[in-house]
Amino acid sequence: MSFSNPHPQLTWSQRLASGIGALGLLILVVAWSGADFGRPGLWLTASLLLLSLGTVWFAYATYRGHPEGIKNNGVWFNRLTNRGLWGWCIGIIITGLYILLYFYPGLLGLRQDEPNTGLIGFFDHLSYWLKGKPGGQWFVYGTLYTLAILIFGIKFIWKYRHNRYQIVRTISVMFFQLCFAFLLPELMDRLNQPSMDLKNMWPLNYYFFFDWNLDKLLKDGHLGLFLFGWGLAMILVVSPVLTYFFGKRWYCSWVCGCGGLAETAGDPFRHLSSKSLKAWKIERWLIYGVLVFAVIMTLLVIYTYLTGQGSLLFINSYVIREWYGFFIGAIFSGVIGVGFYPILGSRVWCRFGCPMAAMLGLQQKFFSRFRITTNGGQCISCGNCSTYCEMGIDVRWYAQRGQNVVRASCVGCGICAAVCPRGVLRLENGKVDINQRTEELRTIHVRREDVNIHN
Amino acid sequence: MHLVILGNGISGITAARHIRKLSDHQITVISSESQYFFSRTALMYIYMGHMRMEDTQPYAVDFWDKNRINLVFDHVISIDFLQKSLQFSSKSKISYDKLLLAVGSASNRFGWPGQELKGVGGLYTLQDLEAMDDASRDLKRAVIVGGGLIGIEMAEMFLSRHIPVTFLVREKSFWDIVLPPEESRMINQHLIEHHIDLRLETELESIEDDGQGRVAAVHTNRHERIPCTFVGLTAGVHPNVRWLKDSGLEINRGILVDSFLRTNIPDVYAAGDCAEIRYPDEGRRPIEPVWYTGRIMGEVAAYNLCGLTVEYHPGHWFNSAKFLDIEYQVYGQVPPTIPPEQDSICWIHASGKKSIRLVWRKSDDVLLGINLMGTRYRQEVCMRWLDEKASIRKVLEELELANFDPELFTANEDEIRALYTAKTGVEIRRKSRRSADRVWQFLRQS
Repeated sequence: MSFSNPHPQLTWSQRLASGIGALGLLILVVAWSGADFGRPGLWLTASLLLLSLGTVWFAYATYRGHPEGIKNNGVWFNRLTNRGLWGWCIGIIITGLYILLYFYPGLLGLRQDEPNTGLIGFFDHLSYWLKGKPGGQWFVYGTLYTLAILIFGIKFIWKYRHNRYQIVRTISVMFFQLCFAFLLPELMDRLNQPSMDLKNMWPLNYYFFFDWNLDKLLKDGHLGLFLFGWGLAMILVVSPVLTYFFGKRWYCSWVCGCGGLAETAGDPFRHLSSKSLKAWKIERWLIYGVLVFAVIMTLLVIYTYLTGQGSLLFINSYVIREWYGFFIGAIFSGVIGVGFYPILGSRVWCRFGCPMAAMLGLQQKFFSRFRITTNGGQCISCGNCSTYCEMGIDVRWYAQRGQNVVRASCVGCGICAAVCPRGVLRLENGKVDINQRTEELRTIHVRREDVNIHN
Repeated sequence: MHLVILGNGISGITAARHIRKLSDHQITVISSESQYFFSRTALMYIYMGHMRMEDTQPYAVDFWDKNRINLVFDHVISIDFLQKSLQFSSKSKISYDKLLLAVGSASNRFGWPGQELKGVGGLYTLQDLEAMDDASRDLKRAVIVGGGLIGIEMAEMFLSRHIPVTFLVREKSFWDIVLPPEESRMINQHLIEHHIDLRLETELESIEDDGQGRVAAVHTNRHERIPCTFVGLTAGVHPNVRWLKDSGLEINRGILVDSFLRTNIPDVYAAGDCAEIRYPDEGRRPIEPVWYTGRIMGEVAAYNLCGLTVEYHPGHWFNSAKFLDIEYQVYGQVPPTIPPEQDSICWIHASGKKSIRLVWRKSDDVLLGINLMGTRYRQEVCMRWLDEKASIRKVLEELELANFDPELFTANEDEIRALYTAKTGVEIRRKSRRSADRVWQFLRQS
């Protein structure tokens, strides 16, 4: 059986908005081709403004005039969001861009010992303005990444404007991306200080203990030392404490940049995550595998840093860190993590690969006050919660049996609770029942004392 | 022992699952509607493109084999209770040792002229949904008859595909046979906000044939002709038992069952929408076609089918629904018109989309019921108050315990207390802020 929507999906206003955004993209493509604009700073500004205007206008055209509420009409009919033609096109384009970014930055215009050209040269104008030096491919990436979180964040807020949890959470990820991940490091760089994304902690920031990073921090005066201490404190104090009180959501859906992009630009694809038991099995093998990999790699790197020995038990710490950087840092978190949004859902990396999510998840499962409470017998097993869970958790399985959801993977985005039509789910923290978070509620089932043996 | 369950809805499937938990009996579940169990309440979301069919199926395809629950996709036309066998339309038969009838409901049709035309449909079965989807291609306008829960769902479905909707409601105000005036008016306004052509106090007279057996228009009791090519009949449901008349089963409106869900025929049980409880508990009706009663009955039936006796006691009345964007919950008894021996306060948010109503008995101040629009309350807390016959003042003091809205939502309890004070002159002090820990502590007190 197949259902389809015969009616056109886009209004004229939405098409116009898409056109404006496309114009912004076009400027970037032309710049990439090496065309000389004359006043590149102006054109770059125009491009970024057009992209922003197009997206925000699209959101306006989509949600304006419609009463506040859940806006999932036609999600499975739309060829962008149902793994249709547009979904595959976008997926392939983004994947391709990531491959260029990581492995062929020269094709984007990166040059050694001479001014950058193409796209990277185009963005250098912004880089000079911000920090007085050229930027490179990661500056282009960071700028566009931050812009995406900001403009799609606005769209997300519009979409969920009836829900304060969603609004505040989204403002939080927008803030942390703009200030902590983008502006602060760039400004520190401008001041020729060691720069660091203050919220990006090990093991997501897998190179924190790499020799070049440690050298940069430890040999660069007080600020470097402070940053080193900050990084350690995040791992050893801030993160465990916050995760104990609020679950891993404090990081994954309130602070993290990967999560930030998934929650904003990735929101239209959240339902594409697989809910099958098989996917859950793969998830556990992969994510804890990556965590083990990250820990071993880091221990070896520290060993090498302290002893000067390049290998331990025949394992070369330089080789293993390169492998990690290639397979996990580049391929998994970048290429697959974002490129596959329209195919596997918006949290592929967070769910299957992120060692940080794995670590916080273990704590969430065993030592945290967080859970998603289910509301007695109100569940109608409709499946909205499971469908819109970006982490592929079968929320309904818990809700319909009256059991609270305590899952290592839950990032606490709160969308399951938002899309529930019967008010069944609530994200909350409590210490009174911290050890009974997963007990089935007896209120909705036959109680043992009410059963009599027949005959 | 071979246990046969007729119907793979929430009652039948819950029964099958619990029988498997309790025993090793052979289990067969029969349905002619769908191969696999799906959530009937989610049908609308398939049409609207929120979910696919497979997303509405709570158990994966391999679940049934794993749990040795045999699914039969065939239509039963009659039952021989003496021979203990079921007759399929395909001529084959299946015999049982014990039988559970969980055959659900059918849509009401009140003999309107033209109700058999093409383009007239209800919304109950998967086949109804498919017919709606077919009819939606090139649909210029849909007319929906019947101002209840399914009618408003159908309206929302058509809206999602930009199909104009005219909604004929017999009553003065939407669902005012259940909702008090303030809540009912809120939904009227919300329907209009969604550009639904709401016609109150308007009834269907007849459906006009276009000459080829299809719908051309409807005629109302206000002598109006509304051109349309689809008519949704959503004036409630009745137990799907017509085909069982004269079978020897005792049937009133539904299949009559005792508190163990046994019918008048040995080894035959009934559960869910099709069952009519002979002596319902206080505050409950004999037939309650709602999801959770079907689920509880399925579980109770499983125990009884397995020889473990359990009585069916669904507890205090509660329910929930969603009217377009406005969620609705009710706990306990909230009558549409508050009788003189009762009193109520109704807080309404400035947006006109949220309200909280508390009803209590004047003589002893005992809380009777809570009605909620656009606000979520915690079922366990509400049930505890009702169990304990808590006084309205105690409830107001600890009202924060009940709130189940997402975190960071604005608190409204002080305004509700102020309403009570304005009405009665009695000051109420807040006991605590909203806090999950306070809730667990409260629920743990015995």
